[in-house]
Amino acid sequence: MDVMGIAIKVALLTAYAVIGTCVGLLFMGIGRKIIARVHNRVGPPFYQNFIDVAKLLSKKTNISHGWIFDLALLFSISGILLTLLFLPIGGVQLLSMEGDAFLVLYLLAIPALGFALGAGASGNPNAGVGVMRALVMMLSYELPFIITLIALMIYYDTTSLATIVRMQSINGVKSWAITMPPFMLAAFAADMALQGMLMEQPFDIPVAPHEIASGPMVEFGGKYLGSLMLYKAIALVAETTLFVDLFLGGGVVAHGNFAFVINFIVWLALIFLLFILSILIAASFPRFRIEQAFGFYWKYEAIIAAISLIWVYILVIK
Amino acid sequence: MGLYIGDKMMKYEEWSKLAIKVSKASLWMLHFCTGCGAIEMPPVMTSRYDMERFGIAPMATPRQADVLLITGYLTVKTLRRVIQVYEQMQSPKYVIAFGSCTINGGMYWDSYNTIKHLEKYIPVDVYITGCMPRPEGIINAFIKLMELIDEGKARGWEKYQKYYDKYKENQRRVFNFEIEGENEEY
Ligand code: SF4
Repeated sequence: MDVMGIAIKVALLTAYAVIGTCVGLLFMGIGRKIIARVHNRVGPPFYQNFIDVAKLLSKKTNISHGWIFDLALLFSISGILLTLLFLPIGGVQLLSMEGDAFLVLYLLAIPALGFALGAGASGNPNAGVGVMRALVMMLSYELPFIITLIALMIYYDTTSLATIVRMQSINGVKSWAITMPPFMLAAFAADMALQGMLMEQPFDIPVAPHEIASGPMVEFGGKYLGSLMLYKAIALVAETTLFVDLFLGGGVVAHGNFAFVINFIVWLALIFLLFILSILIAASFPRFRIEQAFGFYWKYEAIIAAISLIWVYILVIK
Repeated sequence: MGLYIGDKMMKYEEWSKLAIKVSKASLWMLHFCTGCGAIEMPPVMTSRYDMERFGIAPMATPRQADVLLITGYLTVKTLRRVIQVYEQMQSPKYVIAFGSCTINGGMYWDSYNTIKHLEKYIPVDVYITGCMPRPEGIINAFIKLMELIDEGKARGWEKYQKYYDKYKENQRRVFNFEIEGENEEY
């Protein structure tokens, strides 16, 4: 690759990261507004989260708890950014390789480990409890999610995200995975897993502000907390995009020269709808206890996902 | 050259103006619920008075918060915790004190184990009068704090850094009947 090509690629990657962050912050603000309306309140303006991040980044003192604490944050943010860049957005995938569906799963685990490092370095007992809960949550929602992913891989006979998206966009909306009955079940299981990934209620067990004082983030303040908010914004976009790529054809509806613009808008609309769905679920349910969440994922969600896997297997064999 | 330096200073001022604007519009509070004032906080936060529309949100820990709410009288024992919490917060930080108990002792003016003037021990930016202030009063106090931040007058945290020795002296005087060894910290 020549120098020009590399420069263009780096510029594109940066643009994706910035767009992802801004979209995430905007969605978080809209989510707060929607929750406020559900509570019959007025709610903050939709740009409130931009203000919050700016305020946190402009704080005058920032307490650090050692270099592991600093690095852990970088670890989380870079992990989630890499995940975002590996996902096809509107059908365009900037970084790709064979078997990137597995790679994305591994990358999604990096931020949780980063949290564990940071919480360990801060030495606060609440943070320790929060990290334990976060790891148990990861263990619980990843089982149904991986089973649905395997069902998709068997059906489309590939481990590459780009191929899954391309196969689903051949006939536009009609060829989306979610239109097929077995994948409807799978999509339900995956959406519940998404709720856990986003740490929205009823699965906000790891951060639970009223029980364990916001868990892993308990010692984060000032610029550190601001970076965590940025991480959360990117994570929101990355995780909803993963769902859209797997079940909704990555939002690809048009083909041709300027199809990218249309696909991008459709992608934005789809992740927005997914986010609204998860916010509405969050606004109407209280928090589970950790063993209830674990039971929910391993008993019900895993069985639903397994049924869809067997169904898909039968379809493929025929 | 002079113009250049002038330009640079203008720029710095603009940045700090922006910082003031954003820190005014997003005040995260930590309510240290002592005394009777805690009971007024739920209506302020929920749908009746809804303080989130001003960008004010409750936070779980002192590290994350900007505003410390002292909601009533403080015993000497609680004051230690308040000071610890206040010192854990990240500046710029502000304090709002509720009710007459924090101003002059209120109905506990002759009590043997409460402090009478909170201002002596930590810098207070806004007082709310009344025994008990109404939720409207609390929201009013936040609006007043926003105005003060905008005018650059809410400088309690700088005062605490500048007169640290004096504050410590006052704190030690009220703690001195407690165990000797523990005094060193606060
Ligand atoms: S001012 Fe009145 S309401 Fe407030 S703590 Fe004192 S006695 Fe209670």
